[in-house]
Amino acid sequence: MNKKSNLILIILGVTLFSLIPNCKKGASTATLASDAASRVYVAPGEKDEVYAFLSGGFSGQMSVYGIPSARLFKIIPVFSVFPENGYGFDEETKDMLKTTHGYVPWDDSHHVEASMTDGKQDGRWMFLNANNTPRLARIDLKSFETKEILEIPNTAGNHASPFATENTEYLMAATRFSVPVPQASVAIDSFSKGGFKGTVTMVKVDKNTGRLSIELQVLVPGFNYDLSHCGKKKSHDWCFFSSYNSEQAHKMLEVGASKKDKDFILAFNWVRAKECKDQGKAYNFGGDYVNNFHDENKPAVSTRLSGVKMLNPKDCPGMMYYMPTPKSPHGTDVDSTGEYIVGGGKLASVIPVHSFSKMIEVKDKKEHHSTEIEGIPVLKYESTLAGEVQKPCLGPLHTEFDGQGYAYTSCFVSSEVVKWKLGTWEVVQHLPAYYSVGHLSIVGGSSTEPYGKYLIAMNKITKDRYLPVGMELPQSAQLYDISSGKAELLSDFPTVGEPHYSQMIPAKLLMDKTAKLYPLEENKHPYATKSENEAKIVRLGSTIHIYMTAIRSHFKPDIIEAKTGETLYFHVTNLEQDYDIPHGFAIGGAPNMTNLLIMPGETRTFKWVAPKPGIYPFYCTDFCSALHQEMQQYIRVSP
Amino acid sequence: MKTLLFQTLSKRNRLLILGVGLILVSVFLIPIWSISISAPQYPEGLGMQIWINKITGATPYDLKNINLLNHYIGMQEIISESIPELLFMPYVLGYLIFGAFITELYPKVGMAILGIINLIIVGLVGLSDFWRWEYNYGHNLNPDAPIIIEGMAYQPPLLGCKVMLNITACSYPSYGGVILGLSLVTLVYILWDENRRKKSNVH
Ligand SMILES: [Cu+2]
Repeated sequence: MNKKSNLILIILGVTLFSLIPNCKKGASTATLASDAASRVYVAPGEKDEVYAFLSGGFSGQMSVYGIPSARLFKIIPVFSVFPENGYGFDEETKDMLKTTHGYVPWDDSHHVEASMTDGKQDGRWMFLNANNTPRLARIDLKSFETKEILEIPNTAGNHASPFATENTEYLMAATRFSVPVPQASVAIDSFSKGGFKGTVTMVKVDKNTGRLSIELQVLVPGFNYDLSHCGKKKSHDWCFFSSYNSEQAHKMLEVGASKKDKDFILAFNWVRAKECKDQGKAYNFGGDYVNNFHDENKPAVSTRLSGVKMLNPKDCPGMMYYMPTPKSPHGTDVDSTGEYIVGGGKLASVIPVHSFSKMIEVKDKKEHHSTEIEGIPVLKYESTLAGEVQKPCLGPLHTEFDGQGYAYTSCFVSSEVVKWKLGTWEVVQHLPAYYSVGHLSIVGGSSTEPYGKYLIAMNKITKDRYLPVGMELPQSAQLYDISSGKAELLSDFPTVGEPHYSQMIPAKLLMDKTAKLYPLEENKHPYATKSENEAKIVRLGSTIHIYMTAIRSHFKPDIIEAKTGETLYFHVTNLEQDYDIPHGFAIGGAPNMTNLLIMPGETRTFKWVAPKPGIYPFYCTDFCSALHQEMQQYIRVSP
Repeated sequence: MKTLLFQTLSKRNRLLILGVGLILVSVFLIPIWSISISAPQYPEGLGMQIWINKITGATPYDLKNINLLNHYIGMQEIISESIPELLFMPYVLGYLIFGAFITELYPKVGMAILGIINLIIVGLVGLSDFWRWEYNYGHNLNPDAPIIIEGMAYQPPLLGCKVMLNITACSYPSYGGVILGLSLVTLVYILWDENRRKKSNVH
């Protein structure tokens, strides 16, 4: 060979090598149906088919998207302050973020749950958990606003929460981190000696008002309780909690909590628990907690409460059973018929499926018990097993159901969603996910009647998917059409925070019920000003209450005088009675307060301590009208 | 002519007049006229309804929002209390209904003719008054209004649609107006029918 042909070979080699990445790219997008773009396209003026409510993970919020377009419509602040509308800053909502630990204006929110009636989504409320400082919240789906937050005592890491029973009778909340109950400073290695406990909390939801209260807590062995789902139809009375670290390791859990071949799914009969409570088998137990409620057009009221009813499993036989489940199960999901309980063993090589009927049949037969842990019988694995999906993928986590006899399981390690058939346990399709998928969600997929059609996978990592934006890349959700025999990838989109779980609801269930305004005549705010004639300034010593109105395009009163050090409360009522016309209110340089965004007919309060002498402008921050820029005025602060 | 005036109404026509009197009672309960407004920022439209004794919005908030829009161009606020016509209009309607019932006691063709004349007068006076009212609202603008466009007036149409700035306003009779019109048509029909009856009697 001469030099020339060598050179040609080298060039050929380089060319071939450079083609490889292109081929790879071609392969990864080959799954996209050619008409996918038109199937997610929602023409201008048209509406999306589905609302998707995604938890915001470490953003502490909830976001609302339209599906299939994947357009972001709203961020609902729940556990985090929100400068956009003053949530957590203004006098009306700052008490919403009160806890027994003080004001906690952030959380880690994982699971969105939709309220249900007869196992079907009813479009009334969404619920969201706070993992870090144990709380759960109720979001009203007329106003898309957070109305109530309840702190959960005697727990740490409210992860297996808030999962609803079939008629939203109760929401379940279980401990992720077992701790001494009641709290105490003990040697950490006492965890391995049973010194740490978990609790399962039944939070009652008033069926008319949605108001939350703690019905009962059950003291359970100190494992890590991870996720939950409640039964349906025949399994109506039961909720199922996955657990890991049944080894009760307290250091290097990566190894210590992964030793045993099987951990457990805890089957909990909540009807039986209530029965035992009513029979007086629960005892009074301590635990301080806070309940914050924001009624329409009133300042939120924060109530400090103390004590719960506590129940020990051994005092209530028939209430709890452990079902061994391989291996460190994460998800525990109940199919639409209520028969199958699917475990997501994140380190397991199978997807185990328990049968509810079998569990009922064997639960009180001694020969099907292997042992007992702190009064809770442990059933034999084979005794409740309906079947196993063999070698589905790596790292199965969560399963949702399409109502057509198929289940979809997310697989974190192998970055895919597997579709498999209930009953035959056969995998019928592998869908790649980009990348590291956690939860997935089907429209109505956790109800008794899934709407189906769309599935979203919520991914943790998006390397190479979008334009790079520095070191932290967005998390994403990936949309599939599951309406035909073969699921197809339609699109993916970046999300707010890290979306853990989602509930998707058909748009027709919500869109006509959303509130358009607060009727002014029903405004019960103690500082409401219902007409411009009532606008006034009231001085009480060094405190000044300004009863202010906002309407296109002015405030009244518009000239304010104060002295340095005086406290001013601007109670601003938006006099508009027109859809989509909020007014904003902000004062230049105001510390500790951002902005008010006042809905039509609503009153909100901005607290301001007059700073050093000068002229301070205030203005409307929401572009409300042609004369919006004129919607501004001054406060004079004198020495 | 005189024989026609004092001709006793047929039984059927007396019943028709009774029907007119009864259906006119419903005009107390339904709007007579409606003006609807649409603009890009009001894709669902705003509506205003004129009743025998009041002006309302098509929704509880429409009138307030129409007034809010109007204040930019300096139109007076539309409130029922500022329109004196609305105070005596119910009496006029009462008089018409009273006339229909009196006709039952004194069932002469002349009463039907009186009814026709009354309805025409009420209609003409009402429409011209409505036009005058619209004219005043549309022309009598606050000189300090934020938006002043040289030569621009905002008089809504008496009947039909009109574009003013970015707003399309349409004005049409509502149910009550239609009933008043039908009442007039019925009376004219009765007159025509009685006239035909008189001719056939003569032969
Ligand atoms: Cu404004």
